[in-house]
Amino acid sequence: MSTEQNRNDVLPSAPWANLRLRSDCLKRLRCFFAARDFLEVDTPLLSADTVVDRFIEPMKVSIPDSEGSAHSKGMFLQTSPEFAMKRLLAAGADAIYQVAHAFRASEQGPWHNPEFTMVEWYRVGDDYEAGMSLLETVADELLGTPPCQRLTYQSAFETFAEIEPFSTPHKDLVAVLEKRCISIPQSLNRDDRDQLLNLLLAELIEPNLGDEVPVILYDYPASQAALAKVREDDIPVAERFELYFRGIELANGYHELLDAEVLMQRNRSINDQRSRDGRSRLPEKSRLIRAMEQGLPPCCGVALGFDRLVMMLAGAESIDRVIAFPIDRA
Amino acid sequence: MATYKTSDFRKGLKIQLDGEPYLVVESTFRKPGKGNAIYTLRMKNLIRGTLLERNYKGGESVEAADVEEIDVQYLYRQGDTFVFMDNKTYEQYELSGDQIDDLWRYLKEGLACSMILWNGNPITMTPPNHVELQVTQCEPGAKGDTATNVTKPAIVETGGEFIVPGFIKEGNVIKIDSRTGDYVERVSN
Repeated sequence: MSTEQNRNDVLPSAPWANLRLRSDCLKRLRCFFAARDFLEVDTPLLSADTVVDRFIEPMKVSIPDSEGSAHSKGMFLQTSPEFAMKRLLAAGADAIYQVAHAFRASEQGPWHNPEFTMVEWYRVGDDYEAGMSLLETVADELLGTPPCQRLTYQSAFETFAEIEPFSTPHKDLVAVLEKRCISIPQSLNRDDRDQLLNLLLAELIEPNLGDEVPVILYDYPASQAALAKVREDDIPVAERFELYFRGIELANGYHELLDAEVLMQRNRSINDQRSRDGRSRLPEKSRLIRAMEQGLPPCCGVALGFDRLVMMLAGAESIDRVIAFPIDRA
Repeated sequence: MATYKTSDFRKGLKIQLDGEPYLVVESTFRKPGKGNAIYTLRMKNLIRGTLLERNYKGGESVEAADVEEIDVQYLYRQGDTFVFMDNKTYEQYELSGDQIDDLWRYLKEGLACSMILWNGNPITMTPPNHVELQVTQCEPGAKGDTATNVTKPAIVETGGEFIVPGFIKEGNVIKIDSRTGDYVERVSN
């Protein structure tokens, strides 16, 4: 390695102006939540439990004993503080937020760093509408933009991809991709509906979201519910919403699933899918499940990518410009 | 054959796709919602210069291309063949008229160029951004005409033709931008 590279590895990749902006932004967020009586909490980064997601890879840490030999039982660096925060809700908290580092293996690019900062909040008693409305207020205040526009997942697909996302057969989803000359990864299973929808979303929908004003995309396919409640309409949809600005996803929110039994079923089926994808199975039973068995009050929760928010405010092209030491310099 | 995995993807990689060499000009990573990761490579075909975009799934890989860039000088032309020499090894490489396209207009003896070798064979040559060439033939400009917006064709020492300002005379050395073919300035009378 050249001396220049050595020297560059030592220096922060973000200019001081952006690091100051980051600090200001954090102050404003804390003021925002303090003004609304949210309690700031601080939950463990290292846990025996982890969110079971099909496409998110948690980092597992092997913990040595006092003599330095590896302990057989590993723990997970949190992919989001969701589980612990919901346990606090089940224990009686009513409005909480947290600024937490989160870890997701192999996510690196202009908008991703494997270790990143998430601002996550929950408020008991919020229904779907109240959850979206609070996110809109956060967007208004922090981005300083006009009020958000709302768009359902279905109408976004109909507008920008000219396709109905819930009932269109797989082969027609493939046909739209081909017609628009979008390259489909060779190993992508042409019968894997969620992956086809994601490719369409990334290529045809996302670039159109939030050009002028931020957009809240909502009512996701039930297969992409994650930890959101599914509403049993004619076509069941997940009460999940995402905030987009200038084509970039900034936040993800749920009208939270409360039923421990349903979560266990989802974990099982996601693990089965992970096995088919060649990924490891993740623990299905967790302290969150036990807390939910005791009762999680109705609530909404949102996770906001703090680094991306700062990128927007700084006009930064890469996440490296708002993080002092991204993974290659960490 | 060496391969690059999606985790190795970055700008500047030289890869082989459908039997042709490409240079990665942009590498992006997207992951919409909680969905599958999409790795996108924007690539330039090193033979034809065309751009191509391909999406990849995590864990997929692409073949590395054995591509090397060397410094050469132009030696001579023999019929439809242009002959260059590697400045380090003195090895000679040939490109055809088709491969050179209209870049022959810049090729004067001894011109320092860069050349791309694919599997050891030359595929393209790039002249310096600015090339100085002597005018061997052009119409005289109208008397007293020093305006630069009056232009005319001129033939240079390589036999190539360029559009130059009206005041340029035979024997002048002019500077041409080889990326656009545009006249830049007069270097000497």
